[in-house]
Amino acid sequence: MKLQELVNSLSLEVKTPGMDLNREVTGGYASDLLSDVIGNAKEGSVWITLQVHLNIVAVASLKGLSGIVLVNNRMPDDDTLKKASEENIPVMTSPLAAFELIGRLYTLGLRCR
Amino acid sequence: MNKTAEGVFFLTGKDFAKAGVASSNLKAILESMGVPPDIIRRAAIAAFEAEVNVIIYAVAGMMHYSITQEMIKIIVQDMGPGIPDIALAMTEGYSTAPDYIREMGFGSGMGLPNIKKSTDKLTVNSVVGEGTTLEFIINLNKTA
Ligand SMILES: Nc1ncnc2c1ncn2[C@@H]1O[C@H](COP(=O)(O)OP(=O)(O)OP(=O)(O)O)[C@@H](O)[C@H]1O
Ligand SMILES: [Mg+2]
Repeated sequence: MKLQELVNSLSLEVKTPGMDLNREVTGGYASDLLSDVIGNAKEGSVWITLQVHLNIVAVASLKGLSGIVLVNNRMPDDDTLKKASEENIPVMTSPLAAFELIGRLYTLGLRCR
Repeated sequence: MNKTAEGVFFLTGKDFAKAGVASSNLKAILESMGVPPDIIRRAAIAAFEAEVNVIIYAVAGMMHYSITQEMIKIIVQDMGPGIPDIALAMTEGYSTAPDYIREMGFGSGMGLPNIKKSTDKLTVNSVVGEGTTLEFIINLNKTA
């Protein structure tokens, strides 16, 4: 599934303007612990978290994740967005709680892989 | 792959804006050398965790890497508080990270176990009040 389709289906707000969202999302991973994501997330996955600090970009970039979705309308720090642009990691937000958002991603066919 | 490479990255304590830069650079070097993706993934996990620990816990440090036909060898050495009980620090879930570090998503006590799991050999040496040195190896030669 393309990231753009995800953004459309779930009305995600894209916080990193001008980024190509025509990239493949091959799965999903949800965690607020960076070491868990570093150890266990699979390349190409979209990452669901409530962490907003800029270190999430370093983690996503290193793991080759397809994007980061912040839940509960959490707003990314300015530093986070700056680094996200530099690293070409799309950051999106959703008003939904993690449980709701992940449920919808699952319904759309995404799996943890 | 028939090249070798060697170099060093400098790390500064509390410089969270740069957390991950050394490991990203190392990953890029491994990619440019044509190291297999699975090996790169393991090296990147271990390097990131070691780098972040220096940034969180130490004053300063460095990450030295050497890549040969046989192995990737990474030495991360810091000037910092040291680790009083290495066996305890290696336990999954053990962390002394303060609250503000946990709020950033660190401090789950998975860093050192992640390094152990993703490498073929890990040695930790530490002197309390002086610093910590991690040395880890990922073998490239599967028949070795
Ligand atoms: N370079 C270091 N200098 C001093 N203490 C360290 C160092 N690295 C690790 N430690 C100690 O070992 C503990 C466990 O480290 P580990 O990386 O496994 O977990 P963490 O850093 O607490 O959490 P996480 O890595 O999951 O974010 C740390 O909480 C800290 O007390
Ligand atoms: Mg750690």
